[in-house]
Amino acid sequence: MLKKIEAIIREDKLNDVKEALREIGIVGLNVIEIRGHGRQGGITLVGRSGSYQVDMLTKIQVNIILSEHNLEETIETILNAASTGETGDGVIFVYPVETAIRIRTRERGHEAVMYPGDIDERKGHGKI
Amino acid sequence: MGGALNSGDTAWLLVCCALVLMMTPALALFYGGMARRKNVLSTLTMSYIFMALAGVQWVLYGYSLAFGADIGGLIGGLNFLGLTGVGALPNPDYGKTIPHGLFAAFQMMFAVITPALITGAFVERVRFKSFLLFSLIWMTIVYDPLAHWVWGKGGWLGALGALDFAGGTVVHIAAGYSALAFALVIGPRKGFGKTPMEPHNIPLTVLGAGLLWVGWFGFNAGSALAANGVAVNALITTNTSAAAAGLVWMVLGWLDGRPSTLGIATGMVVGLAAVTPAAGFVSPMASMVIGAVAAVLSYYAIRFRQNRNLDESMDVWACHGIASTWGMLATGLFATVELNSAGANGLFHGNPAQLGTQFIAVVVTIAFTFGVTYVVAKVLDLSIGLRVTSMEEEVGLDISAHGERAYS
Repeated sequence: MLKKIEAIIREDKLNDVKEALREIGIVGLNVIEIRGHGRQGGITLVGRSGSYQVDMLTKIQVNIILSEHNLEETIETILNAASTGETGDGVIFVYPVETAIRIRTRERGHEAVMYPGDIDERKGHGKI
Repeated sequence: MGGALNSGDTAWLLVCCALVLMMTPALALFYGGMARRKNVLSTLTMSYIFMALAGVQWVLYGYSLAFGADIGGLIGGLNFLGLTGVGALPNPDYGKTIPHGLFAAFQMMFAVITPALITGAFVERVRFKSFLLFSLIWMTIVYDPLAHWVWGKGGWLGALGALDFAGGTVVHIAAGYSALAFALVIGPRKGFGKTPMEPHNIPLTVLGAGLLWVGWFGFNAGSALAANGVAVNALITTNTSAAAAGLVWMVLGWLDGRPSTLGIATGMVVGLAAVTPAAGFVSPMASMVIGAVAAVLSYYAIRFRQNRNLDESMDVWACHGIASTWGMLATGLFATVELNSAGANGLFHGNPAQLGTQFIAVVVTIAFTFGVTYVVAKVLDLSIGLRVTSMEEEVGLDISAHGERAYS
């Protein structure tokens, strides 16, 4: 079973999260710069005379497609790396994924999201 | 007619023409950075276009209306249409030691930037066609007569003894109060006050402010119309006022939270606008006071404007109108004939009457520019319409008016 993690994190936490994911062997990911707001609501900026509220903040969305058996470890890693304890730390969404297809090799499913040296190879999961 | 040409004066004024011309693209950047990204080209164009529009109008008839043979102190005659007879020889009334054509060219640069200043009031929502028509009318029935009143030989405000070294009334008060009038007529941008309208590129604005400062040396020091001590004094007072205003604005911003980049750049421009009428008449220490006080006045004028929920989008009134109103009055306080024998003494140099004269010039300029602009804008709004459609405004003027986008 494949899953998609969509982690909305602070802009300045991207490097920490990437680093932590690399350490546990999550190789494939992509990020999107997004704008939005949650509980934090927005931030105060300073203009010409006094300040004003901006409600759309830049956040980073990290997308990872992975096998279900790696899900909890990956979520835990993101939670640890992305947290500051303040409002605005973000949110993680998890979705089921129908399938994945690697274009070059036409591999499907689990094999399409495996990489040399990744979390599965390290754990000896090999080709399941 | 005329005295001998002085090559030093002529060379300096040639350079000043280039410096003041540069202020219009600088202003375009200053405003463009503060616009939203969907309107940056439109905002740039509304400043740039005056290098073309005023560049043609001035040669055709603008210069003649402003500086032609006086008619009743109110307007210049048509004797300089097409710059006929405005040539290589000096005109004793307008720069005794430089070619008359050079004076006309130097003045042209002022006629270019002044209507461009107004555009800060109505960016992001004005119809381009209506804007062009308004601008042509404004240059013809507001700028040209006012320039004649203040600077034209026989102009009634100049004859009254009002001191305006480089355009406190003609340029900055005129632009500031016209901006206010136009903003009242056209109304706020869609969503104003509900959604934040963030400047889309503050680095552009900072670059613009820096280039404006450089150009202002030509604007103010060039207004001595000679490479002499008055020009040097004007350059120093210009720099000092901008510096003091930038520092004071930084502190005011800091007290309200943080010293913002946009605030510091704004303060510098405010200091430049404030010292413009005074530059050639006051001492460096007086200019420091002028800049510092202007920063406080304009800073809270912006706050006042914001609290009234008035969308005078780029604060032309607060930054230019208010600062230069103060600058004109301050000229009546600090002016001294010790620095410029062609000037007069102000209140602090034993001549309280000068303050009264300055006050009259300010009131007349405000009433005339605000009043005429309000009527012209209203008539255009009721006839051809000033605003783009709601859909065009939402899409942004770059695409809806110019068919382009700034960042692809």
